[in-house]
Amino acid sequence: MVGRLQALWAYRTFVTSMVVRELRARYMGSLLGGLWALATPLMLILIYMLVFSEIMRGKVGARGEPLDYGLFLCTGILIWGYFSEVVTNCQSVFLEYSNLLKKMNFPRITLPVIVLATATFNFFLVAILFVVLLLIVGRFPGPAMISFLPLLTIQQGLAVGLGILLGTLHVFFRDVGQAWTVGLTLWFWLTPIVYHIEIIPEKYRALVALNPLTPLFVSYQNIVLEGAWPEWQTILYPAVVAVLILAIGLGVFLRLSGEMVDEL
Amino acid sequence: MSGTIRARELGKKYRQYSAPWRRLLEWCTWGAYQGHREMWALKGINFEIEEGEAVGIVGQNGAGKSTLLKLIVGTTQASEGSFEVTGEVSALLELGMGFHPEFTGQQNALMALQMTGLDEDSAQELLPEVAEFSELDEFLLQPFRTYSSGMQMRLAFAVATVRRPHVLIVDEALSVGDAYFQHKCIRRIRTFKELGTTMLFVSHDPAAVKTLCDRAILLDGGKLIQEGSAEAVLDYYNALIAQREKDASIEQRRLEKARFQTRSGDSAIKITEVDMADAAQRSVRSFTTGEPATIECSLIFNQPMEEYTVGIMIRDRLGNEVFGTNTMYLDLDTPRRGEGETLKVRFSLKLELGYGPYSLTVAVHSPLGHVERTHDWIDNALSFHILPKDAQRFAGVANLSVNAELDTSE
Repeated sequence: MVGRLQALWAYRTFVTSMVVRELRARYMGSLLGGLWALATPLMLILIYMLVFSEIMRGKVGARGEPLDYGLFLCTGILIWGYFSEVVTNCQSVFLEYSNLLKKMNFPRITLPVIVLATATFNFFLVAILFVVLLLIVGRFPGPAMISFLPLLTIQQGLAVGLGILLGTLHVFFRDVGQAWTVGLTLWFWLTPIVYHIEIIPEKYRALVALNPLTPLFVSYQNIVLEGAWPEWQTILYPAVVAVLILAIGLGVFLRLSGEMVDEL
Repeated sequence: MSGTIRARELGKKYRQYSAPWRRLLEWCTWGAYQGHREMWALKGINFEIEEGEAVGIVGQNGAGKSTLLKLIVGTTQASEGSFEVTGEVSALLELGMGFHPEFTGQQNALMALQMTGLDEDSAQELLPEVAEFSELDEFLLQPFRTYSSGMQMRLAFAVATVRRPHVLIVDEALSVGDAYFQHKCIRRIRTFKELGTTMLFVSHDPAAVKTLCDRAILLDGGKLIQEGSAEAVLDYYNALIAQREKDASIEQRRLEKARFQTRSGDSAIKITEVDMADAAQRSVRSFTTGEPATIECSLIFNQPMEEYTVGIMIRDRLGNEVFGTNTMYLDLDTPRRGEGETLKVRFSLKLELGYGPYSLTVAVHSPLGHVERTHDWIDNALSFHILPKDAQRFAGVANLSVNAELDTSE
């Protein structure tokens, strides 16, 4: 494992170039280039803030401010996008780069890292956009924003661990790709993103609480809407799950990476 | 010392599952259920390659050449035995370096260089050298997908050899591209060799292996069956192929008549066997330019015949007629034969042909000038190879035995 980390460090410039290349590939040939990266999230944010806030006025948030639901929805969907991008791209990354893996010898662990870094860069742009809009509408939540960093780290640890696990298995079982698409939709609706955790009947709440993302998303929403610091004891569960999944993912990857190229 | 390769009882097996659920079941039962079939691509391989050696790897398709190269490059892992490669390996596997079709040649080159562990600045510094060697000029700024196969190979070769590696692996790369660039590549390979780079060379072109390699390894069915001087191994390999082709053609004749779809005639006389032999009367299917050979046709007469002609025609790989003759042109009076009797016609000739594959057409028909009757006509009765002789190489199919002299007087 230490050897792999050293190899990863040795290949850091390769990773950064690949990230730049990925980002460039996404917007290459278009007139506005990177601006398109911001167009979709901007549109989403505006629609949620302006339209949904009107429709769902006063359904979430303690104070019942007019933009509450819009902010609630934006927070959940933008962060969910970051999570799902990493898992989805990781679970197909080895197949996508099969041509490279078959012909060149380089540390394979760099590929999920490239996925994570690319997604993080995209999310960073979107997050800045969102913060700017929060400032414009005068709803910047204050110092509690800093707690996003540890929360997102735990979430993306889970995402990468799961991504590596699925990505490795995907090489051997092509069904993983299909299963993930179905699972992703289900997971989205099991996470309090469009609905508030409170609207779930008491007897089913334990079920939603099994989802390690639930405490994270509840915390995100509370930070943005109320400026409240997370209840750290609720974060323990997702943190443990993230470490566990990351360990399992890396373990399976280390065990099977040798055979991987034979199946590509 | 770097650039050495050592293999001890090296083996590589692939697991083949007839259905994905078999693998799942095997995994879920921790191997208690064995759902796979083992396919050993390589087994019990032992060899040592020293620094600065040039070694050809020879073998038919499926012999295990690609698997061996993948092991050396490190994209796949050995299943058993020990394997050790020292120094930096640069490889052109199956003509490519995993280039991305949407990116320009330059971006791809940069990426491939960084993939060898170089940082961006060092990789950038090497770009002019890549551009110069590949001679792709403004094409370097075009997407890789617009490249012809020759251009792809030029870029890949230029990138793989921009720095002198300890081990250079060239897999079939020289078979594409024009003669000018091939020579350029060979010059660079030779220079590297002199500087001490270990070379592994895979090619279907025996001449290229002979000229570039000191030593060769012959793989067959995943086993190393011969190792020695390039010359000796290739001769053995050619004999092996010739024997196989002969066996296969006999086999095919027995098994499927479809091979003789172009067989026609009234069967008054039938050709029962066609064979080709070298000067020592051994039945072979590969010859060198200028080698004497005999073509023997065995006939059986289904009705009494007095006048008939037996002919042969050699065609090149494109089906062009290269040379043909028959008993009438040769002023040979064919004897009268009764029903059930047989005859053998033996043509002796010198194969002054250019190298490549040829096929032989054999026919028995009525003499020209008579009412045209074909008794038996077999296209592609057998095929054979002409290998170049070291002494004199030439282009084309006809060896015109040229002498050239220089006149320096005004």
